[in-house]
Amino acid sequence: MSTASAGLTGHVRPAALPARVQVRAWLRLFRSELRIVFLRPRNLAMLGVLAVIPVLLGIVLRINTPTPGSGPPSGAGQFIGQVADNGVFLSLLSIVVLLTLVLPLAVAVVSGDSVAGEAGLGTLRTLLTVPAGRMRLLLAKYAVIVKFCFAATVLVAAIGLLMGAILFPVGPVTLLSGDTVSLADGLARLAMIVVYVSCGLAAFGAIGLALSTLTQHAIGVMAALLVIAVASQILDTIQQVSAIHPYLPTHYWLMFDALLRTPITWSVIGQGLLSFGIYIVIFAGLAVARIRTANVTA
Amino acid sequence: MTHQVTPAIASAGLSMRFRSGQLAVDGIDLEVPPGSVYGFLGPNGSGKTTTIRMLLGLIHPTAGHFRVLGTDALEGLDLVLPRVGALVEGPAFYPFLSGRENLARCDAADPTADPRTARARIGKALDQVGLLAAADKRYRAYSLGMKQRLGIAAGLLVPRDLMILDEPTNGLDPQGTREIRSLVKQIAADGTTVFVSSHLLAEVEQICSHVGVMSTGRLVFQGTLAALRGRGEPRILIRTSETGRAEKELSRLGLSGISSDEETVTAALGVERPEVINAELVKAGVPVAGLESVRPSLEDLFVELTGEGFNVNG
Repeated sequence: MSTASAGLTGHVRPAALPARVQVRAWLRLFRSELRIVFLRPRNLAMLGVLAVIPVLLGIVLRINTPTPGSGPPSGAGQFIGQVADNGVFLSLLSIVVLLTLVLPLAVAVVSGDSVAGEAGLGTLRTLLTVPAGRMRLLLAKYAVIVKFCFAATVLVAAIGLLMGAILFPVGPVTLLSGDTVSLADGLARLAMIVVYVSCGLAAFGAIGLALSTLTQHAIGVMAALLVIAVASQILDTIQQVSAIHPYLPTHYWLMFDALLRTPITWSVIGQGLLSFGIYIVIFAGLAVARIRTANVTA
Repeated sequence: MTHQVTPAIASAGLSMRFRSGQLAVDGIDLEVPPGSVYGFLGPNGSGKTTTIRMLLGLIHPTAGHFRVLGTDALEGLDLVLPRVGALVEGPAFYPFLSGRENLARCDAADPTADPRTARARIGKALDQVGLLAAADKRYRAYSLGMKQRLGIAAGLLVPRDLMILDEPTNGLDPQGTREIRSLVKQIAADGTTVFVSSHLLAEVEQICSHVGVMSTGRLVFQGTLAALRGRGEPRILIRTSETGRAEKELSRLGLSGISSDEETVTAALGVERPEVINAELVKAGVPVAGLESVRPSLEDLFVELTGEGFNVNG
């Protein structure tokens, strides 16, 4: 460390810090962000709801056991009939059911609150004058959103799997294509589905982050995100607008069933991940552009 | 290395025009000497907070430039802000966290702060502002004075060369105001330059060495407190039952700015001496019940500069 870069009180210019120290300092900020999000009573309550629904689903299906193979051939229905045969499907059913509203809601709350919530509380100015650094803070915010998406999906899948194992038999998994694979293979596919769905939610979270930089009213961002999620899913069912379907943010969310066929249609999964990636690039980019120049008057 | 004295804050033509077209800050040239306690005064809405937001990089000036601790804002304020403690427009923390947790969050956000000493530094900052006993209470439950002090504690987590405090006494009772004042004195005694804004001159008068006075976005005075006092012209005040004759006599003596009410007449003293005026009045047969030479109070000068307030004399 050269003396020229040290201030009167021994402070070191952040830019002059070695990369290793900068990374460690960022991780400290990231952990602080994690605590704020994951220890917040409201967010804990939301995770609680996410955990309870697979339990209720399992109990309902145990009491009112569907005949194997029953239910409509697509959407949530395609899993309902299989739950009684194999508890692993309770995990998949839970993901499908919660992906329509509750998972997007949870991500909307966390991502919508990320910057707008801080602006509303006034803590954004506190953090920026520390100085947390606008880009450092935004990066930490988005990293926590992504982490939350994974945590929420893993939670739903894990509780579903646990309840499935308690209430139903568990064994080799019969895929949608009719083939049967070992339980280990089935669980590996479930893990891939969890990652895929988390990526879809992370893309949705990027939209939330971008909108969140525009206002200090977090509740408005959350409402807007829910409208986006619901409208996107509705439009996705209307054949007359099929031309725009591939561009809808939720279009690929349920396409994870490609992972439940043999052979796996990787092209569909690839397209899905590409769509999520494009959404992340565009909206994270908008968030960056906005936060770099925004006047913080809250 | 130059041995020239670098101002803690220096600005040239610093301006902020809001999108509404309103010119909130109109070309101000600040110069805050290092080691000073600089009172940044002005009525509410005169542009103080907007200026402070610019100095801290929260908003971007529409014209002019400035340096903080010798670093040009264009080089990146993040380089210098770790050496600046700040409290902007009242304290802002997470209501669901305790005072201690809130400070831990601020410290975690500072890329230059050493995590190994965080616990000790947070404890020390809480102690300095007298919040150690309430450290684990939720911020939600703090009184306004405690909130303000926590805001200052956040600025004390690491040694600073400059503290920028925006209205730290706003909304406090006299006891709370006194606490903040003694805190500011302490900070300044450690060699930190303090830039403190207030809309009440009386609140900072006792602690400031320098003042800058804002009025509708312009810096209408800047200098030492003594220089501000020196601006006030001494006046002569005469208590008499015959104000009309006294006025006539004063104007004969060449005094200007004469005004009177029922029992008193005042005029700018200029170069005349009070005893001479007294003698002249008595010689002219004006009954002088009382006579004194008065300097306008700082408060009067402040009001005169900012053109604010109603005439309390009726």
